[in-house]
This record gives sequence, structure tokens and C-alpha cells, in this order.
Amino acid sequence: MLQFIVKRLLGLIPTLLIVGLLVFLFVHLLPGDPARLAAGVDATPETVALVRQDLGLDKSLPQQFLRFATGVLHGDFGKSLRTKRPVSEEIGDRFMPTLWLTIAAMSWSVVIGMIIGILSAVWRNRWPDRLGMTLAVSGISFPAFALGMVLMEIFAVQLNWLPTVGADTWKHYILPSLTLGAAVAAIMARFTRSSFVDILQEDYVRTARAKGLSENVVVIKHGLRNALIPVVTMMGLQFGFLLGGSIVVEVVFNWPGMGRLLIDAVDMRDYPVIQTEILLFSLEFILINLVVDVLYAVINPTIRYR
Amino acid sequence: MNPSAENIVNDDVAQPVVADSTGADSATLAADAPVQIATSVRTPWSEFWRKFRKQHVAVVAGVFVLLLVAVAIVAPAIVPYDAENFFDYDSINALPSLKHWFGVDPLGRDIFSRILMGARISLMAGFVSVAVGALVGTALGLIAGYYGGWWDRVIMRLCDVLFAFPGIVLAIGIVAILGGGMINVIVAVSIFSIPTFARLVRGNTLALKHLTYVEAARSVGATDWTIVLRHIFPGTIAAVVIYFSLRIGTSIITAASLSFIGMGAQPPTPEWGAMLNEARADMMTSPHVAIFPSLAIFLTVLAFNLLGDGLRDALDPKIDQK
Repeated sequence: MLQFIVKRLLGLIPTLLIVGLLVFLFVHLLPGDPARLAAGVDATPETVALVRQDLGLDKSLPQQFLRFATGVLHGDFGKSLRTKRPVSEEIGDRFMPTLWLTIAAMSWSVVIGMIIGILSAVWRNRWPDRLGMTLAVSGISFPAFALGMVLMEIFAVQLNWLPTVGADTWKHYILPSLTLGAAVAAIMARFTRSSFVDILQEDYVRTARAKGLSENVVVIKHGLRNALIPVVTMMGLQFGFLLGGSIVVEVVFNWPGMGRLLIDAVDMRDYPVIQTEILLFSLEFILINLVVDVLYAVINPTIRYR
Repeated sequence: MNPSAENIVNDDVAQPVVADSTGADSATLAADAPVQIATSVRTPWSEFWRKFRKQHVAVVAGVFVLLLVAVAIVAPAIVPYDAENFFDYDSINALPSLKHWFGVDPLGRDIFSRILMGARISLMAGFVSVAVGALVGTALGLIAGYYGGWWDRVIMRLCDVLFAFPGIVLAIGIVAILGGGMINVIVAVSIFSIPTFARLVRGNTLALKHLTYVEAARSVGATDWTIVLRHIFPGTIAAVVIYFSLRIGTSIITAASLSFIGMGAQPPTPEWGAMLNEARADMMTSPHVAIFPSLAIFLTVLAFNLLGDGLRDALDPKIDQK
């Protein structure tokens, strides 16, 4: 097991390096001179030259990359051009609201999605299946921002049950996490169903039934664990989707998270913030996929020995 | 090129996945001359059609998609009002009526006309970005799967890197570099469609390249080019087609999302996501302004998803026994 984890970690290094390189090059791909961008529009040539030296932009690209990489490893991501605060502080304030939102959305959507998927598979081609799958295909077809607006209009504006914007109490989490999780719940439901339908036709399930086990035991004990294998993989992929989706949902609900920060940074051309955010988002995504791989190996021992 | 090799291979060996070019050819032949024994010869194409027809929901969705494409093409000729420059100041925020089917927005523009024109943008964005992604991805997947070795490692590493960014984050990064606007959004969405297709096609290629008919082609001296294009590529088409339809839905949503957060189409362009963003400010007073663009995106994406599901059920040989 340990060997497997180590192997996966080592396998990540090239990907991480290339991701880092791309994010580093991002600044150089921006139209215009990054030093001038950083110095501001009305800076004198002398100031621009100073800023260039200060940011190390006068050095060769490999040297700059080395500097960037050491900075990143020390948690130094430069300063926001807009607020002049260190980027790590800017993002630090915004990190938790986004993480909690993602976790809240993930938890409900995985549980509900799997329940719908299992029910649909057990009652395949009967009304619970039809209902569940209709809900699911609608869920993947309804864009999150539209759903967010609809939910906000109904529950916050018309009925006045829940707050509209902000992230202060648990009530603030309900609508955004519903919005963010809807598509994931839908995808999980579809995926769990098809995985379960396959499993329920396996020989060992027939054996379990033949030896007189109750249907509940067959479904839960023999079906669930085996059906979980592909479902866990899907869950990992969906986490990445949630990270991206949170950006849009944060705009709708004016959520003080990383997504809003990213959008504002793009508007203001605050490139150190953009750079760090993209790096963080992809790091998070890579880590989640690693965790999923490990989980996968825990559930399915045959994977470990490949 | 070696024509005799193709004949040997194409005629008798059952291909693992349906819908190859030969199949399509013989289907048209059969249609031209109905006297032929149409019942006993089941081409992959007719087989597909036989199964697809039974998926009533998917057929309806397919018809809807065709209708939508037709509307998008003729939209400029049939819209009742100019979508961007006609302002009916007497009926600002008006609810749907006979004069304005979907009502009027806070600036006095006819929402129905804007939705129709928006269909052009959304369909174009969805279709072009997935087409580019599918083309490039399929080419990369064929190369990686067929040649293996270094090609495979480099291409798959590239895909891993693209996969390492959640889709919309990658798109935002690209838009930050290239600037906003619909064209750049399409470029961004294309780029992140590539790795999915590359992986899909690579997997199929790996499965196909060791089959007997491919080895037969190789043994009679067919070039790599012929083998890949004539014997392996057709076997991957089914999977690509299914994915294509399902991806278009996702791409339309992504493009609309980017417009919604202000990075894609800019007002007054009647892009559905951008329209929703504009409608946000007036949600309290005129919710109908938001309802129609939402419905438009939902129904369009739903149609593509249902069509994709139907194609999958009709093309996937595994589904047959269930």
C-alpha cells in the first residue's frame, strides 16, 4: 500500500513541474509588459525599470522560474497589484469559505446522488427509475448560475426564508451548496445507477439471492461495495468540477471565496493573484485525484499490484 | 496504399464498434436499390438506426436539436425585431404578450428576438469548440494509442497537465491571456475538450490495434497511415459521436457561464449567459427577463444530453443484452 502511494506521488512530479512552468509562463503570455502592469499605468520609465528589477523580470527565464519556484515553495506568491497585500494573505481570507462551500455541496450531492442511483437501479425501468433519471438528466442540463438565480428568487426574495448573499451563518450555505451540488448529484445518480445495474447482474449477486438472502442484504452487502469502485473515481472527478463550479456560484451569491477573488483579479489584471489562484486550483485538483486513487486502491486491492 | 488488403479486412471481419465508413456506404447503396435483400443484410448503419428509432425520447431530442439548428440558421430572417438595436420604450419590462412573445427587457428590447439570435451564438460556441476538441483529440489519441512509446507518453502527459486544471479555471486563465469575447471563449473551451477525446480514442485504439483484422492488414503490407485511418479510426467513431453529443451540452453551459461572469460575450450581444447576467440586476422587478434565457439554455443542453444518451444506448454493443 505504502509502495503504491509513493509510486503515485513520484508519478505526480512531472505533472506538477509542467503545471508550475505553465503557471509561471502565464505572466509572460499576458499581453503587454508585466513590469509596466505591476508599476501601474502612469509610472515613469524609471519606476518601471525599478519594478522590473524588483520582480526579477530582468533576469533570464530559467533564473526567473527558479525564483518563482523557490517563492512558491516558501509560500511567497508575490504581492497583489491591487491591494499591495501579499497574495498568500489575500487568498488565505478567501480559502475557507470556498472549501466549506465545496465540502457542503459534495456531501449532500454524493449521498443524495447515490441514493437516487441505487433506487433507480433496484427498480430499473419502473417509476422510481424514471423519476430519478428524469431528475438527473435535468440536473446536468440546468446551468448552475441559472439554478442559483431561481433558488435565490424563490427562497430568499419571494419566501424570504433564507439570506440572499454573504457567508456568515449556516443558513447562508444552504442555497449556494444546493446550487453547486445539483449537477454533481445528477451525475452521481446516473453513474451509480449504471454501475449498480451492472453489478446486480453479476453471478455472485445471483448466488447471494439463490442462497436466500433478503434483497436488502443483497443490495447493500453484495451490491454496494462493488458498485462503489467506479463511483469513488467519479466522485474525485466531480470534486474538480465543484472547484470550477464554485467560481460561478460565488458570483451569483456574492460569496467571499476564491472564485470571486479570481474573477475580480481578472477584471483588474491583478496577475500575481490570478497566477496563484490557478496554481492553487490545479494543485487542489491534483491532490484530490491522488486521494481518489489511494481510496480506489483501498477499495479494490487488485489495483495495488499493477 | 494497398487496395487488396482493405478488401480482405473490410468485408468479413465483424468490427468491435459500429458505424464505420464502409457501413455507411452500403447503407446508401441499399437505399438506392431497395430490391436488394434488405432484411438479411444488417449493416452497422441500419443496425444503429433500428436501435436508435426505438429510443423515443432521443428521437424527439434529435428532432428538437435539428429544429434548433434550423432556427439558428434562419434567425436573422425571422426575428420579429432587431435583437440589439430595437428599443420599445412604451413597453419596458412588459410581460409576454402577442406583440412580444417572451416579453420585453428593462431596456425595451424584445426578448424573443434576443433568444433566437442567442441560439446562433450558443450553438456555434458549443459545436465549434467540441468539433475542434474532437478533431485534435482524436488525432492525438490515434497517434498515442497506435504508436505507443514516446508518442504515447508525451501526449498523455500533456493530457494529464490539461486535466490538472478544472475546466473553467483553465478557460478563465486563457481568457485572461487572450482577453474576453466569444471567440476566445471558444478557443478556451476547445482546448479543454481535447484531453477527454484524446483519452477516449487512445483507449479504443489500444483495444482495436491487436485485433485480427488489423494484424491481417499489417501482414499484407498496409501502411501505418492506411491502418490507422481505414481500420482503426472507424472503430473509434461510435465512441466519439456519443461523447460529441454529450460534450456539446457541457460546452454550451461552460461558454454561457463564462459570459455570465463577464468574460465571454459582452452586452448588448444576445448571448444567453450574458443575458442572464444583465437580468440579474432586475430580478426583483422583472423575473421573466431571466426565465427565458435560463429555459433556452436548459432545453438546448437537455436535448443534446438526451440525444447523447440515446446514441450511446444505440451504439454501445454492451447495452443490447440488458
